[in-house]
Amino acid sequence: MKDQSIISRDNWSLHRKGELDQQRHNEKVKEAIKNNLSEIISEESVIMSDGKKITKLPIRTLDEYRFRFNYNKQKHAGQGSGGSQPGDVIGTEPGDGSGRGPGAGDEPGTDYYEADVSFEELSEMVFADLVLPRLKEKQKENLKAVSTRFNDVRKAGIFSNIDKKRTIIEAIKRNARQDSGKHNIIRDDLRFKTWEKVYSAESNAVVLAMMDTSGSMGNFEKYIARTFFFWMVRFLRTKYQNVEIVFLAHHTQAKEVSETEFFNKGESGGTKCSSVYRLALELIHERYSPDRYNIYPFHFSDGDNLPSDNETCAALIKEILPLCNLFGYGEITSPYYRNSTLISVFQGINEDNLTVVTIKNKKEIYPALKKFFSEKGESGGH
Amino acid sequence: MDTELYQLELAIDQIGNKAAEFGLDFFPMRFELCPADVLYTIGAYGMPTRFTHWSFGKNYFRLKTMYDYNLSRIYELVVNSNPCYAFLLEGNTLIQNKLVIAHVFAHCDFFKNNAWFAKTNRDMIETMSVNAEQIREYEFLHGQREVEKILDSALAIQEHIDFYQIVKEKEEPEYQKKCQRENPYEDIWSIGEGEKEEVSPEEKRFPLAPEKDIMGFVMTNSHSLKDWQRDLLAMLREEMFYFWPQVETKIMNEGWAAYWHARILRAMDLSDEETLEFARLHASVLQTSRSQLNPYFLGMKIFEDIEKRWDKPSPEDQLKYDRRGGEGRDKIFEVRQMENDQSFLRNYLTQDLVRDLDLYLFKKQGSQWKVSDTEWEAVRDGIVGNLVNGGHPYLTVEDGNFRGNGNLYILHHHEGVDLDTYYLERTLPYVYDLWGKTVHLETILEERSVLFSFDGKKHTRTSS
Repeated sequence: MKDQSIISRDNWSLHRKGELDQQRHNEKVKEAIKNNLSEIISEESVIMSDGKKITKLPIRTLDEYRFRFNYNKQKHAGQGSGGSQPGDVIGTEPGDGSGRGPGAGDEPGTDYYEADVSFEELSEMVFADLVLPRLKEKQKENLKAVSTRFNDVRKAGIFSNIDKKRTIIEAIKRNARQDSGKHNIIRDDLRFKTWEKVYSAESNAVVLAMMDTSGSMGNFEKYIARTFFFWMVRFLRTKYQNVEIVFLAHHTQAKEVSETEFFNKGESGGTKCSSVYRLALELIHERYSPDRYNIYPFHFSDGDNLPSDNETCAALIKEILPLCNLFGYGEITSPYYRNSTLISVFQGINEDNLTVVTIKNKKEIYPALKKFFSEKGESGGH
Repeated sequence: MDTELYQLELAIDQIGNKAAEFGLDFFPMRFELCPADVLYTIGAYGMPTRFTHWSFGKNYFRLKTMYDYNLSRIYELVVNSNPCYAFLLEGNTLIQNKLVIAHVFAHCDFFKNNAWFAKTNRDMIETMSVNAEQIREYEFLHGQREVEKILDSALAIQEHIDFYQIVKEKEEPEYQKKCQRENPYEDIWSIGEGEKEEVSPEEKRFPLAPEKDIMGFVMTNSHSLKDWQRDLLAMLREEMFYFWPQVETKIMNEGWAAYWHARILRAMDLSDEETLEFARLHASVLQTSRSQLNPYFLGMKIFEDIEKRWDKPSPEDQLKYDRRGGEGRDKIFEVRQMENDQSFLRNYLTQDLVRDLDLYLFKKQGSQWKVSDTEWEAVRDGIVGNLVNGGHPYLTVEDGNFRGNGNLYILHHHEGVDLDTYYLERTLPYVYDLWGKTVHLETILEERSVLFSFDGKKHTRTSS
């Protein structure tokens, strides 16, 4: 038999095919996510994840499509431990993945792919083409020095930056895998923190986030507005160090609220948008002088304003516009017809630094973000 | 020479001798010892060398994850080739690798002797390597994205070949010469020649008979494919032809290998510790599941049952079939040569086995999956039914010039299970990309005939 069988050990170091093709696969995952950003960023699970957990997103576009049977209409075969009877419940999910022998092949129902996308990765994609438009240098009293931020973990680095916790976790995992009973740490387990220099923006900016919390703003309208502000706040905090965000909520009266309140507020009553514009103007005069700040008021409403208030609004907006870099107004249009909404007021104003969008559904949040936060700072239009 | 290699060499030698004593007949073996990531690379591609595609990367990631989570510690990888290549995992315990080695010897015997493999290319490793090289060349010439696009489309229909037709062609090279055909469809050009009667266009059928080999048909008759793209299809079709018998004999092949690894290892001098470890591993390989069949377990149980029934036939079998007894071993060797999964189960999955193994069918009722059948013939027929055509829907090209303007008309031969329409509507555009004109697929949904069409821009559904 000896002449028949040979065993050898080759140098496999060049054998990286799987890794390379996996990279291409990951590229495609990212492409798929990018193509679906409009849908993904308005997913409740993403908004609720609070940016902490890894968000699992089923990326359907990575299926390997072929002609196949409808799994849910097929009869499948299984095996019990004796005496199974018709009507026995096997489970609410097919293919529990147990009982797979070595080298189990592809079963139907297991060939969809769930990408693990961390919130940071997702944010990066969302923020890729967003900028604070028309940013100008102002007096630099809030300028922050260059700071470092630890933001990644790698397998190589200097020992002063060793990440003890992750190193030990790696060692435990490896020892468990090897079943060796040893608990040593080898070089391969080491994990190091790396950092990047963060340069602060050389400008101070303040965003006045204004939201209509009146009774006419239903769950859907609030969800849209909150989703928009959720991403806006994260974007500004990720990319700019010197951005202050002030939260203003209004119905017939406006007041400054905390971030938590802003995102959880529900009110009732009518709507007077002029109240919030007036408050914004006061804040600009008291705290955020245009000499020192880039000012960005953003207002979201369903536009259901008291008609008698519209003229007041127009006057206030015209007063704010020269003071700010960009004024953004987003109107969430409802399916039922209203004869006149606040948007008509804005349509009567033709200024370069005014951007108006309408949002009909969840998918339009991302385009709205892009429209507000683009360098062109396009004005008007829909 | 390192000790790991030395120990394995000894083990291979002993196991090979044992396997030969038992009557297993295999090609010369080439074992390779490799690290985990290489092992699941090969696992993901199905072969040591193959072309590059993201779907393999996805598969690689899946296997890697399973390994990292410790879901599959022993992974047997063996290639149907002469010499036969098998891959062992570095860092496995010796007994783990002994089990894998014994398992692999039996697989190799199966590849060499089962009738369905008679026409497979035993130099496929080289062929695939050449294919991969050629495809790299095409990437260089036409761009990676262009090549990927065709591969995406071709992979979407790769199961639709006609294995038996290709076997016939390979068996009868003379037959091809006689017709002086360069490809199986060439005879369509000569339809009507030699017969002086004019055939009216309505009577001209194209293809002449329903064509199961969609890959081949599209490759030959596409309106839009360039030569290099047709070449890609030809390569994938050839690779599919090579894999097909493995799909059609999975239960038998794994059952055969599990049957033998158990017997070979029991016949070796194992230490107490090894014996215990082996028992644990063997049990994990044979673990059953409520929601899918374990081919290792089912195949092995059927082989053992055949052996028992031919060794010690019941009085009625002795009378009815003139069975003398003591023929168990010979019988299982004969079965492993003659059958594929469908005939294996149809002929040898008995009433007693279905009951003893507690096999059943289950289906979705509302939001729950419930046992639907336990009656043995229904269970047997259900399992066999799911194996028809490798578990893929049976499709044929009915018309390659539908409505007289070059449309492709595909028919799904509905046998009781509807297609996944979500997938269907996403696969048709791939067929369109290959065919170059509107494509149609006729199927049955909820007992009504439905025609799905895609014209390059939009989908339509027509119920009749």
